[in-house]
Amino acid sequence: MQKLQDIAVRVEATDGLPLNHSNATPILHEILHALQRLLNEQESTTIDLRALPFGPGDEEELLNQLGTGEIRVELNSLGRSLITETAYSGVWLVDHRNADDQRIALQIEITPIPSILKAQNEDVQDAIERLEDSLNPSCTETAGP
Amino acid sequence: MADEMMRFTQTLGESLRERGVSRRGFLKFCTATASMMALPPTMVPAIAAALEKARRPSVIWLSFQECTGCTESLTRSHSPTVENLIFDHISLDYHHTLQAAAGEAAEAAREAAMHENEGKYLVVVDGSIPLANPGFSTIAGVSNLQMLEETVKGAAAVVAVGTCAAFGGLPHANPNPTGAVSVSDIVKDKPVVNVSGCPPIPTVITGVLAHFLTFGELPELDHLGRPMTFYGQSIHDRCYRRPFYDKGLFAETFDDEGARKGWCLYRLGCKGPMTYNACATTRWNQGTSWPVESGHGCLGCSEPNFWDTGGFYNALSIPDSDITRNIGAVVAGGVVLGAAAGALNRSKRASAAAKHETVTIDDLDKTS
Amino acid sequence: MSTPTDFLLWVRGPGFDIALVIFLIGVIIRLLEVLVLGRKPDLAEARGTEMGPGLRTVFTRTLPESGSMKRSPFTVVGGYVWHIGFLICLFLFVPHIELINSTLGVKWPGLPSNLVDAVAAVTIVTLLAMLFSRLNHPVKRFLSGPEDYLTWLVTFLPMLTGYLAYHRMIDPYPLVLGLHILSVEVLMVVFPFTKLMHAFTFIFARWYNGAMAGRRGVQS
Repeated sequence: MQKLQDIAVRVEATDGLPLNHSNATPILHEILHALQRLLNEQESTTIDLRALPFGPGDEEELLNQLGTGEIRVELNSLGRSLITETAYSGVWLVDHRNADDQRIALQIEITPIPSILKAQNEDVQDAIERLEDSLNPSCTETAGP
Repeated sequence: MADEMMRFTQTLGESLRERGVSRRGFLKFCTATASMMALPPTMVPAIAAALEKARRPSVIWLSFQECTGCTESLTRSHSPTVENLIFDHISLDYHHTLQAAAGEAAEAAREAAMHENEGKYLVVVDGSIPLANPGFSTIAGVSNLQMLEETVKGAAAVVAVGTCAAFGGLPHANPNPTGAVSVSDIVKDKPVVNVSGCPPIPTVITGVLAHFLTFGELPELDHLGRPMTFYGQSIHDRCYRRPFYDKGLFAETFDDEGARKGWCLYRLGCKGPMTYNACATTRWNQGTSWPVESGHGCLGCSEPNFWDTGGFYNALSIPDSDITRNIGAVVAGGVVLGAAAGALNRSKRASAAAKHETVTIDDLDKTS
Repeated sequence: MSTPTDFLLWVRGPGFDIALVIFLIGVIIRLLEVLVLGRKPDLAEARGTEMGPGLRTVFTRTLPESGSMKRSPFTVVGGYVWHIGFLICLFLFVPHIELINSTLGVKWPGLPSNLVDAVAAVTIVTLLAMLFSRLNHPVKRFLSGPEDYLTWLVTFLPMLTGYLAYHRMIDPYPLVLGLHILSVEVLMVVFPFTKLMHAFTFIFARWYNGAMAGRRGVQS
């Protein structure tokens, strides 16, 4: 089934140029200030792009301006997530998708490394258990009530 | 059945882990939930901590005088992962449009849910309640008023979904033949959240339910009982076309140069300035667009009495009277009255002059 | 009149009609009842023209006169500030131009809303300062009657409610917008029957002063 987001939409102004409503610029300023805070105060910032009143073309304009950088990570948990560093180091684009590849969150993180990439204690604990199990298969067999 | 009971007592965190969802996946889910609840990303850890411990609340959904549009909206939430997960964790025990059971069995399910979750369940209502005659709208022979009062008695809170349940809605429109009233007109002793809109934005409905699931309490409300996170700002203040309003650039018709350039729709009757809703940021159809973006002014569907505000295509602050068209007659009337007043003044002056008596020295002698 | 929206619909509908009719008819009556009266013919030989000096005076008396500027600078400067501010808010705020355009069919470019907002704040503060001075200055207080305070109030309220409406400081919005429109309607009703008529009569009064002087060949 064709999904709504698969239908290519290109918003054009009457003169044929791609349209935007100049809302990207204030966000870029916000990102600049967040980068300065990151460097000077080690403070991370997250901007939820879904909470911004963008007009047609604004999001595209912002993402164009940010460009693509050196890192691109794909996370597979409850659907795909793409985490990419933009052309500006420390500015990350986090694009969460669900199992049907529909976008459920789109955020810009200004941080050394997006928190979702870090291994979580709970998962590490789980990993220890699983690895122990595979290294000592006899243990699990003998260990019983 | 044992599985069912297991899920019932598990917290959301336990249930996700059991399904092999990693902590990363859980954090991703929390991020999406925060975004859906229109909460800042800094709230994600708090949401994660709360969701970890969240238990599934029972929800009873009552449909009264409504068009099922609100349910249609809800079932088109279109973010299966997030909403499905949430609905896996909300026990929707009664919804007469969506449930498989019918008749006696359906009503029995409602009563069982009320009984088992006394004081803890959530009642969601869509549709207004007719008071003129209880027979105007009944379910299984029970009038809407009776069913609402009975169901709400043991509820933790009531969510009025849609403008009908929140403010009386279309049935309440002048002359209101059924005597329709809103949920908050009847329910006075329980917290009522109004999730208005015709229909409400799907993610706003699920966002409010998610808030209850996450924090076990209702979100902060505005003066009309609506959640501040979604209804805190006017459409006008969050509209990407606002700069055109401030510059005085307006579309005059739906197909003129201004309309093509995406100018402000105020003159075409946009009710954005007096409407509070999340359309400008949340948008519709998976964030594809929203009314103003697609070129039509806001109808104000999340406000009370939006259908009785003098037409969708008349700007609300601009007079729509006949007087302005008959201004010539008014001016003419003024001229006639003014001329009459002038003539009166002239005759007064003339009669004063006529009555004026000259005083001679002899006259003064006489009086002194 | 059960909800704020009903109230807004009333003030922008029947309320506006009533106010507009009273305003228009009132202003026309007040002007005609003076103008129709006319003046006694001046039989003396004219030493100069009337029209030129008359029109010149209409404009020259808009400028501050140096004597009163020296004696009471606050009254003069404050008077200019709030008059100009009031006119900017009234005629150069985009929604007001929209209103005039839809009522009379004429329009002109407006100023950016945030600039008008700043002007409105200055105007409101100045109006308050003018009232304070009127109440505290012994001579001004002695000269002031009920009409002076009434006209101050009906001028101040549209500014105040407009500012509150623009910043959405009162909930719900239809209520504060309705109050703003209502306050303007009160101003329109009071206008023709008080000293507020000076907004029209100043032209005739000044013209007559200038014309009289011009006819006599003296500078007005």
